[in-house]
Amino acid sequence: MSASVLFDAPGPRTVARHRIYTVVSLVALAGLVAFAVWTMYDAGQLEYALWEPFLTPEYIEYILVDGLLKTLQMAFFSIVFAVVFGLAFGVAKLSDHEWVRRPAWLVVEFFRAVPVLLLMVFAFYMLAIGDGPLSSFWCVVIALTLYNGAVLAEVFRAGINAVPRGQAEAAYAIGMRKSQVMTTVLLPQAVKIMLPAIISQMVVALKDTSLGYYILAPGLTAVGKPIYLEFSNQVPTAIVITGIYVAVNLVLTWIATLVQKRLVGEKKVLDVPMVGEAHASGNTPVL
Amino acid sequence: MEAVISNFDEYLKAFGLTIGLFVVSGIGALVFGTILAVLRVGPVSILNKAAALYVTLFRNTPLLMIFVFMAIAMPVLGYNFKFVEDVEIAGYNVSAFFFRSCVALTLYTSAFVCEALRSGVNAVPLGQAEAGRAIGLTFGQSMREIVLPQATRAVIPPMTSVLIALLKNTSVAAAFGMAEATATMRALTNNNADQRIGIFLAFAIGYIILVELVSLSSYLVERKVKVAR
Repeated sequence: MSASVLFDAPGPRTVARHRIYTVVSLVALAGLVAFAVWTMYDAGQLEYALWEPFLTPEYIEYILVDGLLKTLQMAFFSIVFAVVFGLAFGVAKLSDHEWVRRPAWLVVEFFRAVPVLLLMVFAFYMLAIGDGPLSSFWCVVIALTLYNGAVLAEVFRAGINAVPRGQAEAAYAIGMRKSQVMTTVLLPQAVKIMLPAIISQMVVALKDTSLGYYILAPGLTAVGKPIYLEFSNQVPTAIVITGIYVAVNLVLTWIATLVQKRLVGEKKVLDVPMVGEAHASGNTPVL
Repeated sequence: MEAVISNFDEYLKAFGLTIGLFVVSGIGALVFGTILAVLRVGPVSILNKAAALYVTLFRNTPLLMIFVFMAIAMPVLGYNFKFVEDVEIAGYNVSAFFFRSCVALTLYTSAFVCEALRSGVNAVPLGQAEAGRAIGLTFGQSMREIVLPQATRAVIPPMTSVLIALLKNTSVAAAFGMAEATATMRALTNNNADQRIGIFLAFAIGYIILVELVSLSSYLVERKVKVAR
């Protein structure tokens, strides 16, 4: 075991005690797993017939094309738009003009404090219901764009502020204009620092696409329902769909770590202040 | 806006339910998350791994899928949580919907609570504990006087983010039969389609007030425990 703030390196007697703890907890954990499996078996949810749809090509195709692909598309569009939104408002929040800074601050704080689902329902009633111009697919994209865009605006602002001050000063000293300093000096360096945060925001966006369930949008959560209604295999369906979400998210997280290592090194992650906070303090995970 | 003003008791009741979900699952998540964090940083490596597995699994699962598990899959396994409806607390009955939503929110949020606590403990430099031992403090003393006070301070900002996220996440319960703020907003909008912008703003402001309250109280606590370094 590596050195820890909490304990000294264990001596022989402690090692023996830990061995007993290990055995006891192994038994307890195995018992827990066995109980879960037994409950499923007892309810008949382990029968092959209930799992068969997930091995049938038509259903696999249905889940992957109508479910996973739609979910990924929603997440992709919302992240692309959110980056644009975030860039615009993040830079606006750093503007020298108060009349730009204030409204940008208001917009960002508003969309960070309101639940995504409320935004989704509102977008659905504004744009989709009746003969609205957009499908619920795009309502999910709009709601996620506004929320993740607001979060990313804060990330961009923090990222630009994280570029050493001397960089901007040097650029001004050689006679660059404000927009030149931003586009040729600050942003290219800031992107490097921000990329891991942007990728982990993709995980958040991907998870939140599942909320489209409430406004009848397509996606992984939506394809589960017809399957379990036909085969009444609620438990297997929930397990498979969750498994797909977890797998995709783990891949994204893995990429984020890789990018972090390549571009930023093991340095401290970006400091993003939480909603409603005037000053930055501590490491704030964004969720 | 008129629709909200004429249904103001409904509006308050909806946010009351949101606060109820927030408080109950917040306490649940703090307790369960702390247990997980103890296992996660504790000396038994198998428990470390089990807690890490739990955190990875629940952090990468959409909250909605946890609700699906609780509301759709569990009844098939024979757990419909109807028994809580027989329990009476001070004349009030708890509905199975409320209980289920709280369990789902607790399971999801405790993964984040665990990570926040762990980052707090990791924020204490190793030298602090070593210095404590060097001057002869016992394990309990060094915990009480050195490690935990510093860890607590480092935990407040991430923990506030987790709680704010939980407050916003209570809206997911709307999709599973809870008439909390988001569901009420949807119902009101459904009946008064001409006032949808006003209704949306009224409910958004309600959420913003709650978020600001959580944020403000965390700021006050942080200022109170702050020390000059």
